[in-house]
Amino acid sequence: MIRTQGLTKRFGSLVAVDSVDLEVLPGDIYGFLGANGSGKTTTVRMLLGLVLATSGTIELLGRAMPRHGGEVLPQVGALVEGPAAYPGLSGRANLALLDAMGRGQTRADRARRVDDALDRVGLGGIDARPARAYSLGMRQRLGLAAALIRRPRLLVLDEPTNGLDPQGIREIRDLLAELNREGTTVFLSSHLLAEVDQLCNRVGVLDRGRLVVQDRLDALRGPTGRLHVRTPDVDQARAILDGQVERVDADRLLVRHDDPAALNRLLVEGGVRVELLVPERRTLEDVVLEATGAGADRVAR
Amino acid sequence: MIAVELVKLVRSRRTWVTIAVIDALPALVAVLLAWTDLGPRPGTGPAFLTAVLADGTLYPLAAIAMILPLFLPTAVAVTAGDAIAGEAQQGTLRYVLVRPVGRTRLLVAKLVAAMAFALLALLVVAATSYVLGVVLLGGGATDQPTTTFSGTTLTGTQLAGRTALALLYALLSMLGVASVALFLSTLVRTPLAATMGTLALLIGSSLLLTLDAAHVLRPYLLTRYWLSFVDLFRDPILWHDVQHGVLLQVGYVVVFLLAAWANFVTKDVTD
Repeated sequence: MIRTQGLTKRFGSLVAVDSVDLEVLPGDIYGFLGANGSGKTTTVRMLLGLVLATSGTIELLGRAMPRHGGEVLPQVGALVEGPAAYPGLSGRANLALLDAMGRGQTRADRARRVDDALDRVGLGGIDARPARAYSLGMRQRLGLAAALIRRPRLLVLDEPTNGLDPQGIREIRDLLAELNREGTTVFLSSHLLAEVDQLCNRVGVLDRGRLVVQDRLDALRGPTGRLHVRTPDVDQARAILDGQVERVDADRLLVRHDDPAALNRLLVEGGVRVELLVPERRTLEDVVLEATGAGADRVAR
Repeated sequence: MIAVELVKLVRSRRTWVTIAVIDALPALVAVLLAWTDLGPRPGTGPAFLTAVLADGTLYPLAAIAMILPLFLPTAVAVTAGDAIAGEAQQGTLRYVLVRPVGRTRLLVAKLVAAMAFALLALLVVAATSYVLGVVLLGGGATDQPTTTFSGTTLTGTQLAGRTALALLYALLSMLGVASVALFLSTLVRTPLAATMGTLALLIGSSLLLTLDAAHVLRPYLLTRYWLSFVDLFRDPILWHDVQHGVLLQVGYVVVFLLAAWANFVTKDVTD
């Protein structure tokens, strides 16, 4: 759905995005992570043809961007760096106006699609108040509705849960999962690890303009080759596993060992009562912190 | 996209308030003239004002001569200056472009909307000042022909034709303003800067026109021939200045629209 090769953007002498090779597959919910200022938004803007790349190629839905934007973008819904609306118009009027722009949209089912999109984001009962009177959360929902109005095959969302309360975040997460089940590919740019962790199946991590990680989330969170063991017989276990125990914390041991079944037998045969034995997995946070340096908004002396 | 921009224009309250304000000036002048019956002495004051005391049907032209130097170009500069920079500042530009609306199409639609605004303002002013002229200043009887500046008379059809030409000429002058403002609107981040930049050019041009030392620049100044539409009401029509005016405006339009286009289609939209 999205493929870039050597995508690079320079602003003067600053390299904002440095030869990024993204690959988003059909059906993915792709989490695009990175600290503030790491180049996420510039990348998203290049994908959509707003910012022109210094070098490299972009393919969206199999077509080159920005050259074929006219054919590709009608099938893409986007939320870029916060929502925006014409302040004097109501939410419904905003969506209708936006839908009337560009070519190929029939007026006949416009009202219905506007209502559908508003329903999906939880604004179905919205009144005629102008958009300037909306709360931050309502604006965010309206922006999402605008992205959904043409029933896109690909959603490109930059920080879609900004300004929402915990219930709102949950609702949007459920909505994105539901859209994904219906066949929409989602490209979710975020700096919130928890959001990506709960929703995405593939992850890319951007650090100071470079793509440092790109893989399936379950592969990234694979076992580390260490096992957590909980037992009342700590000393006995340590004696058996001499040298393999990396850390002891009250009744918990962290053991360097590849095979949980073999370890379990070893301990039980040695008379150790095992309460719990589980492979240690890396968290997404571990992966990201390992792969990236200090945040780009940190200005050290 | 053009239709969308026109709908936005007509729906916007700002459009109608601005036109009302523009229209207020000639309306006030008409009332004052009718009240005092004091016209400017021949050869002084705005064009046509001496003539309209005798014939109210010429008042639309006097009204256009009044709003053309400052009121109308200011309003056009506001509208066209807001075109791209206003959408950018509001954050809607990026959503319009990913709809997608092609950048060239967007520029064309914005220019058409600005010109529609100028046309709307001119028509409203012409219509209201015709009514005011006939009611307050008299004239307008069908059998009474209108007198030109050259002393000859015009039939009703001739007057209507020449008035239409004058409106077109005024519209072309506003196209020059709109082109400059649109170019600046693609260049700067705030609509205010684009509008003020355009006004600076207008005021600078008007100022240089009064300066003898700027003699060599005079034929190339944006506002130089704006009021030459008065020559359309001489008999025979004095085409010289009108022709120069058309060429000059077309020159400004081509240069600034090309610059606006070249700048906008290669611009990184980061607002």
